[in-house]
Amino acid sequence: MKLKKEKMIEMYRKMLEIRHFEEKAFELYGQNLVPGTLHLYAGQEAVAVGVCSNLRRDDYITSTHRGHGHCIAKGAQLERTMAEILGKKTGYCKGKGGSMHIADFSVGMLGATAVVGAGIPIASGAGLSIKLRGTDQVVACFFGEGASNQGTFHEGINMAAIWTLPVVFVCENNLYAMGTRQSRVMLIENVADRAVAYGIPGVSVDGNDVLAVCEAAREAIKRAREGKGPTLMECKTYRHKGHSRFDPATYRPKEEVEEWLKKDPVLRFKAKLVETEVLTEKEADKIEQDVIAAAEKATKFAMDSPYPEPEEALEEVYA
Amino acid sequence: MRRITYRDALREALREEMLRDKTVFLLGEDVGRYWNGAFKVTKGLAEEFGDERVRDTPISESAIIGVAAGAAITGMRPIAEIMFGDLSALAMDQIANQVAKMRYMFGGQAKVPVVIRMPFGAGVNIASHHSQSLEAWFMHVPGLKIAMPSTPYDAKGLLKTAIRDDDPVMFFEHKLLYPVEGEVPEEEYTIPFGVADIKREGKDVTIVATLYMVHKALSAAEMLTKEGIDVEVVDPRTLVPLDKQAIVDSVKKTGRIAIVTENCKTAGVSAEIAAVVAEEALDYLDAPIKRVAEPDTPIPFSPPLEQFVIPNEKSIVKAVKEIVY
Ligand SMILES: Cc1ncc(C[n+]2csc(CCOP(=O)(O)OP(=O)(O)O)c2C)c(N)n1
Repeated sequence: MKLKKEKMIEMYRKMLEIRHFEEKAFELYGQNLVPGTLHLYAGQEAVAVGVCSNLRRDDYITSTHRGHGHCIAKGAQLERTMAEILGKKTGYCKGKGGSMHIADFSVGMLGATAVVGAGIPIASGAGLSIKLRGTDQVVACFFGEGASNQGTFHEGINMAAIWTLPVVFVCENNLYAMGTRQSRVMLIENVADRAVAYGIPGVSVDGNDVLAVCEAAREAIKRAREGKGPTLMECKTYRHKGHSRFDPATYRPKEEVEEWLKKDPVLRFKAKLVETEVLTEKEADKIEQDVIAAAEKATKFAMDSPYPEPEEALEEVYA
Repeated sequence: MRRITYRDALREALREEMLRDKTVFLLGEDVGRYWNGAFKVTKGLAEEFGDERVRDTPISESAIIGVAAGAAITGMRPIAEIMFGDLSALAMDQIANQVAKMRYMFGGQAKVPVVIRMPFGAGVNIASHHSQSLEAWFMHVPGLKIAMPSTPYDAKGLLKTAIRDDDPVMFFEHKLLYPVEGEVPEEEYTIPFGVADIKREGKDVTIVATLYMVHKALSAAEMLTKEGIDVEVVDPRTLVPLDKQAIVDSVKKTGRIAIVTENCKTAGVSAEIAAVVAEEALDYLDAPIKRVAEPDTPIPFSPPLEQFVIPNEKSIVKAVKEIVY
C-alpha cells in the first residue's frame, strides 16, 4: 500500500494528539481535577488512527470506556473532549457523560458506552440504517477482547453478517480485561478466528503498526462500502498504563510490559517516517511541539470553562 | 466491641460460610487473586480457597447468573458477583425469568440457593452506567428476596443468612459504604430476613431509609434535633420480605413519615412503602406521606449535576419540616 506523504504525516500527528492528550488527562487526574475514573488509550493509538484514517466524516464509529483515542481519531476537538472529561458545560455531552461516555454526532462519533460489549449491536443497527437509507456510509465498531465474550458480540455480529451490513468490527486485543488475561477466558489465541462462526472474513494484524492497521482497515472498509458485508478485524496491542487510573497493573509481568513498551506505536511510526525520509527529526519535533501546544490549549479551555448549572440535570431526559 | 469496615464484614461472612459449607463458592468477573473484586471484597479468598471456589469469569453477566442457577439447582450454593449493579441488566432474563421462577414453575421441585451480590449507588462521578440503584426492578419479581445492609454489622449478619437461605437472594451493597467502619462482634451471628432495625428512636416523625440513605437520614436527624424535632429512623434491611409491622408501628407512634431512598421516585421502593402505610396506617397519619428520592433522570456525570439528583441531608430536613409544621 502506498500512502501519500501528507497522509502519513497527518496520521502521525493524530497519534501524537492522542498520546499528548492522554498525558494531559493523566496529569490532571493526578491533581484531582478529573472527577470519577479514567481509562487511558495510550499505547493503542495505531488502532484508532489506522482505522479512522480510512473513514469519511459522514461514516460512523462506536466506542467504549477507553474511548478518548477513538474520538480524537474521528475528528472530535481536543477542547470539547477535555471539557467533557472535566465535567464542564462546554464538553460534548454538557458534563452529563464524562470520560466514559463522550459522543460527537457531528463527526459520526455515535458515543461511548461503558457497558462492555453494548456498542456491538448498536454498530450493527447503524449499519442497518445505512442499508435502509441507501447511502454508502460505513460503521467502525471498537471494542476490547474482553467484550468478545459478551452475548452482544455473538448476537450483534451474526446479525450484521446475515444482513450484509456495512460494519467493520474492530477488536482491540490488549491482552487484558482489567486483571484478566485473555488466555484465562478464551481458548483461542486470535479473536479474529471467531469470524468463521459468522461466515465473514476475520483478520488479525499488528495493532501497534499503524500502517498495517490502516491497510487491513482499508480492505475491510472497502468491502463494507461496496455492500459485501462486515469484517472482524483484530488488532494486537497493549495498554501502556493500568486499566484505570488507580490500577498499578501488577498482574502483568514486568518483562511483558517492557517488551510492549519497545513496540510503542508512536515511536515506531516516527522511526519509520524518519527512516524513509518522509520527515526529518527536526520536522517530527516541530509537529510534536505543535501537538503539545494544542493539548495545553485544550486543557486551558477545559479548565476555564464553567460547570453546568445543577438544574441542567433535569433536562434532556426526553426529546 | 471491635470495629471493622463494611468491606471486611462482607469478606468475613463469605469466608466463614465457605469454611462451614463446601458447596459454597464464588464466581464473577475479576473476583479472584488478580484483582480481588472491583471493590476488594474478595481479597485473599482465592489464596485461601483456591481458584476453583473463587472463580474468575469472562465478561458474561448473563452466563454468570445462568451458571450459578444451574449449579444451585444441582446441589451447590453459588455466590455470584456482578461488578456494578447497573450491569445486572445484562443478566435480567436469568435473574427474573429463570432464577426467580424455577421453584414455582417447576411445582416446588427446585431449590435455588443463589446469592447475587452487586454494588449500587451514585456519588463517585462514574455516570449513567455505573451509578444506579435498581432495587425496585427486583422488588417487582416474585421469587427473589432482597437484602440491603447499611452497616458492617448488618452486612455480615444478612450475608450469612442469605447464603444459608434456600431461595435466591439479591444482595445489594453501596459503593460508598465499603470503607465505612462499625461494630461487629467476633462471635458468630446471623440476622433474620424481614426484621427491620430501628437505627434511631424518636417520637415526632418516622424516616424509613435504605442502604446509604440510612446514614444521610441519621445525620439529618441530628440536624433536626437541634430544632426540637425528634426523628425515628427505620431501616427495613430487607425489602423482600418487608417488615411492614415495624414501619406501621413507628407511624402509629409518630403520626408522620418520610421515606428516603436512592432511586428514582416514580414506581420506586418508596412508592411501595408509601402504599403499605396508606393501606395499613392511614388513620394514624397527621400529615401527608413524604418521599425523598432521585428525580426521574439517569445519573449524570459532572459533580454539580450528580449532587443535584442524589437525596441529601438538606432535602431530607426540608421534607421532614414540611410534614412537621
Ligand atoms: C457489561 C460490563 N461488565 C463489566 C464491566 C466492568 N468493566 C469495565 S472495563 C472492563 C474490562 C473490559 O475489557 P476489554 O473489553 O478487553 O477492554 P479494555 O479495558 O481492555 O480496553 C470491565 C470488566 C462493565 N463496564 N460492563
